[in-house]
Amino acid sequence: MWKFFHQWASPPHFYRLAKVLIPWLAVPGLLLIAYGTYAGLFLASPDYQQGDAFRIIYVHVPSAYLSMMAYVFMAVGGGIGLIWRLKLAHAVGAAAAPLGAAFTFLALLTGSIWGRPMWGTWWEWGDPRLTSELILLFLYFGYMALRSSIDDTAKADKASAVLALVGVINVVIVHFSVVWWSSLHQGQTLFKKGGPGMDADMLYPLLAMILGFTFVFGALLARRLRTEVLYRERRTRWVRELVLTPGGGR
Amino acid sequence: MDALAMGNYGAYVWSCFALTLIVIVFSDWRARVRHNQVYRDIEVRIKALEEQE
Repeated sequence: MWKFFHQWASPPHFYRLAKVLIPWLAVPGLLLIAYGTYAGLFLASPDYQQGDAFRIIYVHVPSAYLSMMAYVFMAVGGGIGLIWRLKLAHAVGAAAAPLGAAFTFLALLTGSIWGRPMWGTWWEWGDPRLTSELILLFLYFGYMALRSSIDDTAKADKASAVLALVGVINVVIVHFSVVWWSSLHQGQTLFKKGGPGMDADMLYPLLAMILGFTFVFGALLARRLRTEVLYRERRTRWVRELVLTPGGGR
Repeated sequence: MDALAMGNYGAYVWSCFALTLIVIVFSDWRARVRHNQVYRDIEVRIKALEEQE
């Protein structure tokens, strides 16, 4: 089992595997997003309180979920990299950080746009969900700045892994902020006790969007990971052979 | 027109979907550009080494 895992995670094997995986993740992801967008915008009934403004959740919720998931990837990758010294694990963190930052930015922006007509304000500093999500964005920036400030890849991997592991506490805070504190942000809807608090015609497009965003995130991560692996392995024999092969392995 | 108006929330709803599209397309484009850049740099370096040898 352990041998299989190491073989799977070996850079040359993963580099080729990721190329095959990308279309298998991207195509279903885009199809799910297309369905979720159409059904969310045109088929779902307007919310009885928020009217059509509620449709923003179809991009806001998946972005917010990915903003946390990408950070968990970084932390798990960092932990595995520190403990088992798996080369690919640190690369996962490095590749996931810009994507996580992009989706966190998107979650903050769409949340702010939704807040203007619903709360009457673009931003509320006292709100724990908003503030902890903003801290998450700064953690991503800090992680990327730390990596780029250290020339030695091994040292950058260790330092950024520690930051990812410490910062994962904030992901827990983001997730439970609406439960622990009084917040303007609405409480848990999908995972609350007694099942999701939404009608089926609203719920299914949202689930399709969450799944679609996850697949697209997987495709983007695989693409970024290939680059990260290639860069880290640039002085190895397999990369030399790959580049010198007619047709190459781009 | 009703679909565009979104009950007078059209500007908010459509701008969110447009921003999402921009972020996803930009992330993919940036990843492709970076990959091609890294691959080309490695290719140039290795071919230069081959010629030296």
